[in-house]
Amino acid sequence: MGDHHGPAKGFGRWLFTTNHKDIGTMYLWFSFAMFLLGGVFALVIRAELFQPGLQLVRPEFFNQMTTMHGLAMVFGAVMPAFLGLANWLIPMMVGAPDMALPRMNNWSFWILPFAFALLASTLFMEGGGPNFGWTFYAPLSTTYAPPSVTYFIFAIHIMGASSIMGSINIIATILNMRAPGMTLMKMPLFVWTWLITAYLLIAVMPVLAGCVTMMLMDIHFGTSFFSAAGGGDPILFQHVFWFFGHPEVYIMILPAFGIASAIIPTFARKPLFGYASMVYATASIAFLSFIVWAHHMFTVGMPIAGELFFMYATMLIAVPTGVKVFNWVSTMFRGSMTFETPMLFAIAFVILFSIGGFSGLMLAIAPADFQYHDTYFVVAHFHYVLVPGAIFSIMAAVYYWLPKWCGNMYDERLGKAHFWLSFIGLNVTFFPMHFVGLAGMPRRIPDYALQFADFNQIASMGAFLFGFSQVFFLFIVIKTIRGGAKATDEVWENPEGLEWTIPSPAPYHTFTTPPPIK
Amino acid sequence: MRLITKQLASKLLLVFSRLMMLPVLLMTGGQVLAASDAAVDEAQRWGLNMTEGVTAVSREIYDLHMLIFWICVWIGVVVFGIMFYSMIMHRKSVGAVPAKFHESTAVELAWTIVPAIILVLMAIPATSSLIKIYDTTEADIDIKIVGHQWKWQYEYLGQDVGFFSNLSTSQDEIYGLVPKGEHYLLEVDEPLVIPINKKIRFLITANDVLHAWWVPALAVKRDAIPGYINDAWTIVEEPGTYRGQCAELCGKEHGFMPIVVEAMEEQDYQNWLAGKKQEAEELRAAMSQTFSMDELYARGEKVYQANCVACHGVNGEGGLGPSLVGSGITTGPIDNHINVMVNGVAGNVVMPVFGNQLNNIDLASVITFKRNAWGNNMGDQLQPVDILTFKKNQ
Ligand code: HEC
Ligand SMILES: [Cu+2]
Repeated sequence: MGDHHGPAKGFGRWLFTTNHKDIGTMYLWFSFAMFLLGGVFALVIRAELFQPGLQLVRPEFFNQMTTMHGLAMVFGAVMPAFLGLANWLIPMMVGAPDMALPRMNNWSFWILPFAFALLASTLFMEGGGPNFGWTFYAPLSTTYAPPSVTYFIFAIHIMGASSIMGSINIIATILNMRAPGMTLMKMPLFVWTWLITAYLLIAVMPVLAGCVTMMLMDIHFGTSFFSAAGGGDPILFQHVFWFFGHPEVYIMILPAFGIASAIIPTFARKPLFGYASMVYATASIAFLSFIVWAHHMFTVGMPIAGELFFMYATMLIAVPTGVKVFNWVSTMFRGSMTFETPMLFAIAFVILFSIGGFSGLMLAIAPADFQYHDTYFVVAHFHYVLVPGAIFSIMAAVYYWLPKWCGNMYDERLGKAHFWLSFIGLNVTFFPMHFVGLAGMPRRIPDYALQFADFNQIASMGAFLFGFSQVFFLFIVIKTIRGGAKATDEVWENPEGLEWTIPSPAPYHTFTTPPPIK
Repeated sequence: MRLITKQLASKLLLVFSRLMMLPVLLMTGGQVLAASDAAVDEAQRWGLNMTEGVTAVSREIYDLHMLIFWICVWIGVVVFGIMFYSMIMHRKSVGAVPAKFHESTAVELAWTIVPAIILVLMAIPATSSLIKIYDTTEADIDIKIVGHQWKWQYEYLGQDVGFFSNLSTSQDEIYGLVPKGEHYLLEVDEPLVIPINKKIRFLITANDVLHAWWVPALAVKRDAIPGYINDAWTIVEEPGTYRGQCAELCGKEHGFMPIVVEAMEEQDYQNWLAGKKQEAEELRAAMSQTFSMDELYARGEKVYQANCVACHGVNGEGGLGPSLVGSGITTGPIDNHINVMVNGVAGNVVMPVFGNQLNNIDLASVITFKRNAWGNNMGDQLQPVDILTFKKNQ
């Protein structure tokens, strides 16, 4: 485990690096930048919705904001953050010296900034940026789209290529680079969930690529895949999109399950309850995610048989998801708990993700979905699974592993303050959305009827609180990297995993000789 | 490149300066809301839950919603209860010593099977409701609904009655120049009228992009899709006015295409229908009539307000569509102008084809209006027969 050659100097280090830790760091910073950008878009939305009437932006710009907010958060913030964590952690967790395909690793990161530059540049183009929602349903996104849609399509292609390369790398690393003795059923759950996520990505990213390619053909080459006037089918678009889109939702949550499964046992000082059942539950969720896509389309006019099939299949997902929650609770039960910042985020993750799961179960009931569909109830639902789900788990992971990465402890008081600000901000923002949704407010509207005014005002105030507390997060992270109490090698009390057996900060090269596995 | 940087800078400035206004808005927000308070009934404000609605189906859906809600609440109480119990009792600071257990097949089986049973219990009523909702047979009245960017078109099949329904909230209300009315954004110029206690079947489709026709009180929401006709049905039990909105993102004015359903006693409905037919009759007669310039101008202004402002601006200054002030069409040969209105613009899908959306009187008036408004001052005018002749000759 020598430090015999360290990182190169200057910008070249980052441009040419094949080191999994450097690449992980770049992914994480990139993701945070996109998180702030997507957050600014969200605040423009919430500022406009602060009161009825049109005040700050025009409807056409509002639609660009909802679209770009979704795209930036899904493809720019959440997915790269998980890839960054995977890069940092998977080699250290399985006892490998680096990722299996380090040069491809460099490439899969470095094409991302170009994809997003392309996407963001559309905002300044004639006719504006994409304005058809992150789900870009045809024909609004084809025949009726602004000219910038072509840039959007290429940006999606590049992001897809990046994700596929990242996934191949992760699968190759996990299957080939484990230290001798690290059997599959000994792998930490974060590794397991990422292995399954990577397969999901490889399965569905090409479907998304196919979808946007058909759009491209319709727009520029006179085909009519999605145009009824030319003999095509606008509903086909939705089936193809959601065949990608539903597994995508799980792509954004499975690694979060892995993170919670690492953090909760450490701070409960008790091994994870039901490791094997966690693995099976993850695999079942992944399988089910392929056969539920049309629950996003209950109002599209499917035959009743299809409607029933997708309703039952969707309800079924509650079973393995429930198993996971029960396992986490049992891990805490009769433990010896402390509540450091990562644990606070992890607990909030379990509770709030479950609330999102409950509203998901309600949405699965097709007849009731006729009332919920495309309202703020849905917005509340998916923000409850994604913000406390994906985002909180990523923050928990950063607090949990940051001392290992940079060798310094973060300031616990500041960390807790950040947690509480985020927690309050999040609930104040998204909880009232359940109410306005049930009361009948459709999503994606720049202006609304007067009876929705009060809750919208509250939600907007929560959003600004949540937004500004993330700037505070940035401050805490930078402060920790620049100094602070030195972290021990173990960092926490008896944490489980190979990453805690190496020094803090983790040397540039680790496990150049495989560690012994108990 | 310079152009892009210039555009970039100006856009950033715009957004930034508007965000700077936010504190002001925050401070004045309370007052603005207070002003509209009077307009909104207290019971409607702070609305928390789904409406029970006014049909058997809507009540069934409401019950289903509440059933599942309470099941979720109880599961939540148990799971979070245990969690909080451990968080309070099993803390290191109170001296808790961690137990060693970490698996139990019996427990895992139990919490797989019990939820599965609960799910089956939920699925049974859900399935029976769904079957009812899908039974669109034996309707008394068929109404075709077509979604357009951004208005709804209703056609009473077999009755020779049909019309468009546009948002009737004024731009001034939207931009805060005048106080907002009670039904802000949920009011239309012509509501859909139906009789109570009759099975109405809706045949829903769209003309351009996707829309969705949704009225919460009827619990009817169906996507309107070009090339498809979706069906849905309702039997309304109480007379009243029920409001809804388009529920599928359909472009710029998606938030501004409401739905109003007026449900009335059978007799009132028959009177309304007769009135409508009478109106159609009179319209047909008027087609051959000659109108004065003032009549055309006044009518044209109304047509313009209802159909064109969204894209061409209140004063013809443009927006999504080009400016109509002094443009080659509005101040050019009148036949080209008629052609644009009747056939749309070749190769452009945004400008609607108004040939069969507006009647000949409206077409003649709106063209006359545009040619004489905003300083265009062409001085010429059209009569309905001119449009008829144009249509015949093409
Ligand atoms: C959905 C948006 C939209 C609506 C609603 C709309 N227009 Fe247009 N209109 C356009 C667009 C876009 C064009 C430009 C088409 C082109 O030249 O490619 C246009 C072009 C025109 C032109 C030709 C202008 C020129 O100088 O080339 C006229 C005249 C016109 N519209 C009149 C109307 C009138 C009258 C109405 C209402 C009855 C109306 N439009 C409603 C979007 C709209
Ligand atoms: Cu619409």
